[in-house]
Amino acid sequence: MADENYPDGLLYHPEHDWARIEGEEATLGITWFAQDALGEVVFFDPPAVGSTLTANESYAEVESVKAVSDVYAPLSGEVIAVNDDLSGSPERINDDPYGEGWLVRIKTAEASERDSLLDVAAYRELLGR
Amino acid sequence: MSTRLIPEPAEAVTIFERSKPGRRAFTPPPTDVPEVAIEELLPAELIRREPPRLPEIAEPEIVRHYNNLSKKNFDLDTGFYPLGSCTMKHNPKLNERVAALPGHAKLHPLQEPAYAQGALELMWRLQGALAEVSGLPHVSLQPSAGSHGELAGLLLTRAYHEDRGEQRTKVLTPDTAHGTNPATVVMAGYEVVKVGTAPDGGIDLEDLERKATPDVACLMLTNPNTLGLFDLNIERIAEIVHAIGATLYYDGANLNAVMGISRPGDMGFDIVHFNLHKSFTQPHGGGGPGAGPIAVSERIEPYLPTPQVVQRPPDNGDGPVYDLDFDRPSSIGRLRGFQGNYGVFVRSYAYICSVGGDGLREVSETAVLNANYLKALLADDGIGEYLPVAFDRMCMHEFVLSGSGAREALGIRTLDIAKRLLDHRVHPPTVYFPLLVDEALMIEPTETETKETLDRFAEIMRELLAEAAEDPEIARNAPYSTPVRRLDEAGAARRPVVRQPLPE
Repeated sequence: MADENYPDGLLYHPEHDWARIEGEEATLGITWFAQDALGEVVFFDPPAVGSTLTANESYAEVESVKAVSDVYAPLSGEVIAVNDDLSGSPERINDDPYGEGWLVRIKTAEASERDSLLDVAAYRELLGR
Repeated sequence: MSTRLIPEPAEAVTIFERSKPGRRAFTPPPTDVPEVAIEELLPAELIRREPPRLPEIAEPEIVRHYNNLSKKNFDLDTGFYPLGSCTMKHNPKLNERVAALPGHAKLHPLQEPAYAQGALELMWRLQGALAEVSGLPHVSLQPSAGSHGELAGLLLTRAYHEDRGEQRTKVLTPDTAHGTNPATVVMAGYEVVKVGTAPDGGIDLEDLERKATPDVACLMLTNPNTLGLFDLNIERIAEIVHAIGATLYYDGANLNAVMGISRPGDMGFDIVHFNLHKSFTQPHGGGGPGAGPIAVSERIEPYLPTPQVVQRPPDNGDGPVYDLDFDRPSSIGRLRGFQGNYGVFVRSYAYICSVGGDGLREVSETAVLNANYLKALLADDGIGEYLPVAFDRMCMHEFVLSGSGAREALGIRTLDIAKRLLDHRVHPPTVYFPLLVDEALMIEPTETETKETLDRFAEIMRELLAEAAEDPEIARNAPYSTPVRRLDEAGAARRPVVRQPLPE
């Protein structure tokens, strides 16, 4: 399991998801707080490549021993890649939530949506940590 | 002096592992009727080419295997079982004697009603008792689990709306709802809309008013809710829901708190389900068998499942007094083979007869008293600061504590507390539910525990927490004295082994 951390340079969504912006694309995942609350992840059900994500709506589910949880899209866009390694090794979401535990990559639809997301300081404040 | 023990053979986990070719538990006598070749009785494609590889084992080995397994089990007959939301009360042994009477146990499920009058009368009277407890006049005993009762409730709701020419798409559930509620909603083809919880633990009325739109079919509610709290606004909630023409469904899982004191029918509910395996002492644990009968209001009655158990008028001629009524044109249909879990009806009816109406009220009063007493004990110094109560008000038959205090001060989580309790020969409470409470611990003592048992539980908790203050590793690696230690739950979920490998 990873140590608690919230990297700089990522944008955060109040439902505990992160986005790494790379030009017109973004990589998405869930934060350390989310994977800690879930417990050991046993299954990730990804959306199809080519499907559309809508900001603030659920686009996938993460299942742990305790619960099934919705994953919320921080940004809207078209799914261009999903992390296939997670089907064999879902624990990567726990061990490396910002690296090998990435969930999907999208082509972002609307640049202005980024302004509604939180930076690391604001997200930490939301968490009270 | 040292003794040498001959090691026991590695313990067989499954009955298959005790199999030895050629052994038999039973040898039938030679047949005294003409044998007919199986090829004359069954179609060729159904006949096995090889016999099934059933375990070959003698009776003493069978008995020892299951007897030893049963001794490893921690069950309600072993010790205190405060599993919140499950109502693990004592199941009176009288019920087993009654259920074993041949008129019950040997009754064929396809028997003609005319020759099953005792059984049908029992079912009819059980229906009457449940109607009185709930305040709703029409009962069906068919649903065979709480979740099955919930599904019935939503199917009835759908039938009711469709009969009036309406197509509604949503069902509201509180965010503290038991997982079966939203699962049932999805299974019934509706969209789940969650309603928030107010700071006092009840439904957030503003959120409910916002979400109570004309496309809502139903609100599913548990009262008292999964936090063990009675919603003081229940009448206002019923007004809001009825004003949009939706049905109000009562999840009866927490009925143990209110029997003989308040009735869902009086609170404005249209449909109630009962868990006969909870308040009405059908033995349960590990998934059944149970029963989830439903009681409904007049406007829902026409849609009840078919057949219904009815009492015919006295001028029925030669017809049976108690009968199965299939003449139900608006019914949602059959929900279960035969008439439901009959043995469960017998035990529940025996329980109701044993305690009586006054007794049921006493059951609820004592259940609430025991929970509040235990809650007060656990608020004391040495426990309360580590396990604060989630909502600080009078609880009903159960209450929820948060292990977040223990996590911060002692470095142990609710899971560790639960595991360490097993070493003290106490079954853990429900953990990590409802999700609303961080590190939740849901405790329901029930009315059948003595004061000494409750006092002892509090002492065990105090000792457990004091031990963790000195050395949290002990709880983190518990349990030590059980047949298995901590399980790899994630591994079991990802790589389940569901087949018994047989030797080649």
